[in-house]
Amino acid sequence: MEKVRVLSARFDLPDSHTIEVYLRTGGYQALRKALAEMTPEAVIEEVKRSALRGRGGAGFSTGMKWSFVPKDSSKPKYVIANADESEPGTCKDRVLMEKDPHAVIEGILLAAYAVQAHLAFIYIRGEYWYLKERLEYAIEEARAHGFVGANILGSGFSCDIIVHPGAGAYICGEETALMESLEGKRGYPRIKPPFPAVVGLYGCPTVINNVETLASVPPIILNGGDWFRRLGTEKSGGTRLFAVSGHVARPGVYELPMGYSMKRMIEEDCGGIRGGKRLKAVIPGGSSAPILTAEEVEQCTLDFESLLALKSMLGSGAIIVMDEDTDIAQVVYRITKFYEHESCGWCVPCREGTRWMRKLLERLLRGEGRPKDVDLLYELARNIFGTTHCPLGDAAAWAVYPAIEKFRADFEKYVRAAAVSVSAEPSDVPGARRLLVV
Amino acid sequence: MLSAGAKEKIQRIIARYPVKRSALLPVLFVVQEELGYLPDEALHEVARWLDLTFLDVETVVSFYTMFHRRPIGRYHIQVCRNVSCYLCGGDAIREHLERRLGIRPGETTPDGRFTLSEVECIGACSWAPAMQINFTFYHHLTPERVDEILASLP
Repeated sequence: MEKVRVLSARFDLPDSHTIEVYLRTGGYQALRKALAEMTPEAVIEEVKRSALRGRGGAGFSTGMKWSFVPKDSSKPKYVIANADESEPGTCKDRVLMEKDPHAVIEGILLAAYAVQAHLAFIYIRGEYWYLKERLEYAIEEARAHGFVGANILGSGFSCDIIVHPGAGAYICGEETALMESLEGKRGYPRIKPPFPAVVGLYGCPTVINNVETLASVPPIILNGGDWFRRLGTEKSGGTRLFAVSGHVARPGVYELPMGYSMKRMIEEDCGGIRGGKRLKAVIPGGSSAPILTAEEVEQCTLDFESLLALKSMLGSGAIIVMDEDTDIAQVVYRITKFYEHESCGWCVPCREGTRWMRKLLERLLRGEGRPKDVDLLYELARNIFGTTHCPLGDAAAWAVYPAIEKFRADFEKYVRAAAVSVSAEPSDVPGARRLLVV
Repeated sequence: MLSAGAKEKIQRIIARYPVKRSALLPVLFVVQEELGYLPDEALHEVARWLDLTFLDVETVVSFYTMFHRRPIGRYHIQVCRNVSCYLCGGDAIREHLERRLGIRPGETTPDGRFTLSEVECIGACSWAPAMQINFTFYHHLTPERVDEILASLP
């Protein structure tokens, strides 16, 4: 497949974040075109045709999402750029906002025009403070050029953008939790439906998209939806930024067409496994995506369909690569600890389940696991799955039970270690150990 | 309690939002930047500005990890413990920091210079292992590099 740089086209240019460079390289031409030649409906149609799907995790069709916003609503409408990038393994939005903030801003303006919103927010995780400042500076640059604010380019369309900081909560990447947070509350997810397109921020129709999704819109408007779709696969249009981390020789953020071979990406683009070692496993879409074995990686392509067929997901496009020496039980422990920490505590299966999974994993890793603990951990994960309001519970479960199915030996070895230590105990206090086991 | 500059900044922030309460997180950041942490009196003041109760503000503050209810060190070292950093030797970085500073995660050095925290993914996965000191990112860490960074802090 041909490698075309759409999102990363400006990444290597000096001062790529400035409006001068952006304008010199075709920046804000899509906005000009849309405002001068296209109706809001035509913008939505073009995005639908592009087969652009959400780059944040869920992979929902962007054009469809926009078309759900009621046109006849008397309420104000809002656009939110989700820049709360917190999914473990994911660092691509950070590069995008650092290198090309104007692409994000232009994408937001196009989305706002498409749904006729006059106020937009960029909700950015607080840890990315330097990017908050960079985006605010870029917005002022754009305002000075007449791209942001009242009566944009004399079109009569107005839109302002506010950059809003999060304050350290993974759950706020979930779209409805993000809206709660933006309203100045705790980041508890809302029950869906109603979906944000109808009842979103302040109870008003709201479009919320990941920043990479939005940055993909200007090239779509400029070159056409068909052009974008053909860069990828029929159902997963375009190119995408993949954040590769872990045991590869050259980790980094790579732009690749959807449908590209995962094996080729690891071996050619990322220089293979570090130190000439063999591949053991890949977590393909951020920590929430079920783990893949090396055999599964062989047949995997980087698109939503292929990962779905492997019962995993492309998620946020974060590819975590692990070599043959990796202890999958340790990896699962890190991830489980994370979900326990980030559970908002609303749903019992998630709040209590993640805690119990973490405790079970700790007992195993301490070498004190009981023979049935691996099965217990598996059952626990299965019982969390599908029982929570938001996907955090599912994500926590997905990090655990497929890993046990595929790498059971990595967990069992701790049970064997425990069995040895039990037999080595003095036998003159029968039953004492049982009392100690909680 | 706050400087005139901070108060003016807060008024500007509040004026931008269609609903006042939305300004809560950004306003709390301004206050924390000024005072170093968020004491009760500050939360009362924020509540007055935004027409909220103390409890409204307190429940929000306690939800988010970036807000501090007690003073912390001048340099807040936040070392990532999540999966990508773990795979690239993040544990060794944390252990090195613990030894160097003589404190465990969650503690502050007696001179008030450093607070050490273990944090979840900070979005530096492709450049692991990584940490943040206050808001600055540090990538590709080794124990030697950590020593250099600590020595370079004013």
